[in-house]
Amino acid sequence: MGWSVPDRNAIEIRGVRKVFGAGENAVVALDTVSVPIRENEFFTLLGPSGCGKTTLLRLIAGFDYPSAGEILLYGDDIAPLPPFKRPVNTVFQSYALFPHMTVAENIGFGLEMLDRPKAEVKARVAEMLKLVRMEQLANRRTSQISGGQQQRVALARALAPQPKVLLLDEPLSALDYKLRKDMQIELKRLQGETGITFIFVTHDQEEALTMSDRIAVMSAGKILQVGAPRDIYDRPAERFVADFIGESNFLKGEIAGTAGGRATVRLSSGAEIPASLPEGFSPSGAVTIVVRPEHAQLAAANGDASLSGTVENVVYLGTDTHFHLRLDDGSPFIVRRQNSRGGGEGLTQGSRARVLIGADAAQVLKD
Amino acid sequence: MASAEEIARAADRKDIRDRWLLSAPALIIIFVAAIGPLFVMLAYSFMVKGDYGDVKFGTFSLDGWTSVLFERDIFDDTLGLADAHLTILWRSVRLSFYTTVLTLIFGFPTAYFISTRPPKTREVWVFLVTIPFWTNLLIRTFAMQQVIRNEGLVNTALIQLGILDRPLQIMNTDTAILLGMVYVYLPLMVLPLYASMEKLDFRLIEAGYDLYASRWQVLRRIILPLVKPGVIAGSILVFIPSLGAYVIPRVLGGGKNMMLGNLIELQFGAGRNWPLGAAISITLMALVMVALLFYVRNVSRSEAGHG
Repeated sequence: MGWSVPDRNAIEIRGVRKVFGAGENAVVALDTVSVPIRENEFFTLLGPSGCGKTTLLRLIAGFDYPSAGEILLYGDDIAPLPPFKRPVNTVFQSYALFPHMTVAENIGFGLEMLDRPKAEVKARVAEMLKLVRMEQLANRRTSQISGGQQQRVALARALAPQPKVLLLDEPLSALDYKLRKDMQIELKRLQGETGITFIFVTHDQEEALTMSDRIAVMSAGKILQVGAPRDIYDRPAERFVADFIGESNFLKGEIAGTAGGRATVRLSSGAEIPASLPEGFSPSGAVTIVVRPEHAQLAAANGDASLSGTVENVVYLGTDTHFHLRLDDGSPFIVRRQNSRGGGEGLTQGSRARVLIGADAAQVLKD
Repeated sequence: MASAEEIARAADRKDIRDRWLLSAPALIIIFVAAIGPLFVMLAYSFMVKGDYGDVKFGTFSLDGWTSVLFERDIFDDTLGLADAHLTILWRSVRLSFYTTVLTLIFGFPTAYFISTRPPKTREVWVFLVTIPFWTNLLIRTFAMQQVIRNEGLVNTALIQLGILDRPLQIMNTDTAILLGMVYVYLPLMVLPLYASMEKLDFRLIEAGYDLYASRWQVLRRIILPLVKPGVIAGSILVFIPSLGAYVIPRVLGGGKNMMLGNLIELQFGAGRNWPLGAAISITLMALVMVALLFYVRNVSRSEAGHG
């Protein structure tokens, strides 16, 4: 941190609101959203369908106009501009390739519309074809290539005019699992090679965690939390975020004391465990805390422990095993343990177990 | 390579072809109703005309065909160009062309408007476009006459408003015919245009805007190439009946401004020159064929373009 070189913001969303329809039928798609997106960042908007992530992307692209607020692109408000006057390009979920043009014509379209000289267009198209490894198929119709290849063409087409920001609207959702994995890596590579700011929309938490520099988790038209994948996963600020990303154990407790961004939470069993607090949040009274299944440990027998309960189910998953517990206060709790060769001993259905929650494993939620 | 399914389907069709007796109704219709009359007309065009209409059977003459383009001078019997026929031919082609262009200009935004409505209201709009078909063509043409004649709606209104001090002469001019044809044939343009626009993926338009295409460029580079089959179908459906129009020029053009349809009627009626009438009919068909071939070649080229 410090004062050396401040990160520049490529995009700054300021108090953007979007309402569809009017009167009684009005639907608030975005409820006063503000977020800065840094230059050269792989930024992901993550949320379930209908959370407003695609609406926000379309506002940045210019396909819709915000009901209120500003969208700054390197400091200039682009919100009132039509899409063809914004130096921003989109990779569509459906790819939206022009069926009456070849692969090369598709890729060159944007540059041609920008009135670039023919030689430059040709050179840039060749460069893009190379970048997405499609040189062999330059003169094919878009209907004559596979889904994964269409995906690459859509990417090349959007990158060719060298946009300041590239918008990607769930571009991998139509691909099968294997191809999706490959494309995730490919996208990261392209972002690194081109140095363009990527804004990526997805409902797939795994995709978001793997690819993003930062993630904004959205729900019901609002951004709930913005942070690096590890922050979002380890330190979810709200129940929705914890629930939407990964698996979670929720425990009820009461604040016994707070100090320096950390709290001591007294659980219903009487045990007191340390937990982190969300930034700028100092609660008192009843709270909910979250513990990820792999952040808790199991030990057989009795003794000092945060929690104890009975094993109800043991699920073997190859790389790890899930222990489904019923705690003594009646709440469910899952512990994940990584498997090792020959490590099959231990707890079975019906046995008593105690749960150890590490010093940095629990997180207090805002709601 | 044909797939197994294609081969099986082709085999099915061959089975049907082998049972030729079952095809008899279709063959009868094709020969008796379509090809037969054509040969009758072709034969009539090469016969000597009867004194009171009809033809003299068993005779042969090229008079019918020469009179399409030439007329014999009454005094020295030399052949000169039949100016009247050429005027009518030229008027037919010209007005049909204008009609096609104008219906395209008015029909395109109309079809675009309909195809951008929500699915339920779309049906209502299409229904509204087809309503004029429920009324007889003759009645619609006379209604048009009421609108454009000297004492009609338009002229009365313009005079009342003080914009004109004497009526605009629209009736009995080519303009009147053109107005009538555009009005009557517009739905024939709108419907095929709508059919191809309805299939248009509007996300492609967004993609165009996203890639810096202006509204005009999106229309020219994306929408037009993709709805081209509809433009061609609509143009055929408007151009062909326009070329052979009979009622509209008769009612709106007065006796003077004839089109090919009226000329043919004249030869079979008052003119009592059936061979000439038959020859002009065949000429009209040939014109239509040429236009069709031109269009069809264009379609197949754009289809090939779609892969």
